[in-house]
Amino acid sequence: MIKFANVSKAYPNGAVALENVNLEIKKGEFVTIVGPSGAGKTTLNKLILDEEEPTEGSVLFENADIATFSRAQMTHLRRRIGTVFQEFRLLPNKTAYENIAFAMEASGKSDEEIVSDVPHVLQLVDLQDRMFHFPSQLSGGEKQRLAIARAIINQPEVLIADEPTGNLDARSTNEVIEILKKINDLGTTVILTTHDPQLIKAVGQRIITMERGRVVADEQKAHGKHNAV
Amino acid sequence: MFWVRLKRVIRSGWINFRRNTMVSYAAILVTTITLIVVTTLFLFQAVLNAAILNIQTKVDIAVYFTPTAPEDQILSLEATLQALPEVASVQYISADQQVLAFRDRHNNDYLTLQALDELGNNPFGGLLQINAKDPTQYDAIAQTLEGDNTIARSNSQIIERINYSQNKQVIDQLNNLIFNARRIGLIMTLVLSLVSIIIMHTTLRLTIYMAREEIGIMRLVGASGAYVRAPFLVQGVLYGAFAWLLTNLLFLPLTYIAGLKMTDLLGINLYSYYTSHFFSVSGLVLLIGLVLGVISSLLAVRRYLNV
Repeated sequence: MIKFANVSKAYPNGAVALENVNLEIKKGEFVTIVGPSGAGKTTLNKLILDEEEPTEGSVLFENADIATFSRAQMTHLRRRIGTVFQEFRLLPNKTAYENIAFAMEASGKSDEEIVSDVPHVLQLVDLQDRMFHFPSQLSGGEKQRLAIARAIINQPEVLIADEPTGNLDARSTNEVIEILKKINDLGTTVILTTHDPQLIKAVGQRIITMERGRVVADEQKAHGKHNAV
Repeated sequence: MFWVRLKRVIRSGWINFRRNTMVSYAAILVTTITLIVVTTLFLFQAVLNAAILNIQTKVDIAVYFTPTAPEDQILSLEATLQALPEVASVQYISADQQVLAFRDRHNNDYLTLQALDELGNNPFGGLLQINAKDPTQYDAIAQTLEGDNTIARSNSQIIERINYSQNKQVIDQLNNLIFNARRIGLIMTLVLSLVSIIIMHTTLRLTIYMAREEIGIMRLVGASGAYVRAPFLVQGVLYGAFAWLLTNLLFLPLTYIAGLKMTDLLGINLYSYYTSHFFSVSGLVLLIGLVLGVISSLLAVRRYLNV
């Protein structure tokens, strides 16, 4: 589904974020990308979302090179990918309901669909009582659950969760992980990035370890298979 | 779908406008200042034009006739002058009116009046006072009366003198004054408008700079550029509309007071002018407000849409 072919990313100041990365993520997988800060995990996500372009190599989404996408194709791609970030990235002047409704409106959903689906997804992440609260009125865990609700409302094929538990306490972390597992069980490909070693034990069938912009290990947990790279 | 999207965009713009209180307050304030400057310049131009018109009506060419000049010939010349395209008005003052005016002016001067009585007959001739449509045309009118042409030749016997050459210096100075006043007015309008636009654009860019994170999030959840931009345009329109409302709330009472207290000083009733030109002046100000709001929003959002 997503393929990184000889991808390198260097910035004009000379910093190398990724170096010759080769990866393939299949449909329905739960992939956890681990590594310390600066390992290149977030850059990997940005390349998938077309927020940045590789300096070398190509990132393919269903065999199409993302770097060649037009603006309209990029918008369409982003509607097929849900995103959850460590810093939540919610719209501060919109209520929980409106944050989710906006994602639906942006993808052209009807008013009827919005009225029926938004309360449902808020219930799914246990935020039905916070429907008309603004992000500033929610706790960290609630914000992240809201971000997940927004990410999955359009039933994306891929969910990218970039350090989603970085700002959360242990209880909220477990809640978020459980929700991500459920989403994956329903068929959505999940890409989770983290630098938290404790989290790795709790999640993922496949764990990719990165260091200094390189993939250093690719482990299939469910089958106990380990591929050193 | 178009109407659904339009409804959503308007609602979203209105909600952002209402919830970003400080940003809306700052943007309306700056837009209002711009519109106040624009309206002031409109009124300044009106006062300037009224003053120029007032001075223009006080300048004329006077044609003095000999006491023996036949009245029908003077009236015929009056009709000829009246028909000239440069002429705004011609006023005939007869010899009898002249002498009455003289007596009136020297009411308390017994010696002068006695000298006049001793003359026995009326020493004054008739007089034509000519106003041009434009002060620069006095020269052409004087040429008609003094130059080498049929009108001048056929009337040279009855014309005693024409006071154009005496007034020429004053008229030339007036022409210079009008030209410079209009030029200064235009330069002031351009400079102040430009300054206002720059201030307003900078403020709106700052407000949208604060919303750059929001624009990025909208793009990441799959909103198209147009769908992100449109609510900001609605906000721009709202800034313009509210600023226009405030400008009117300020200028209606201000011009009313100016109309009551300063009409003589300014030579124009500003309230009557403002209300009678409401649709042209205020309509144009509204249009400027809306265009400024929309263009500034458009330019400022464009910068952060490349996400």
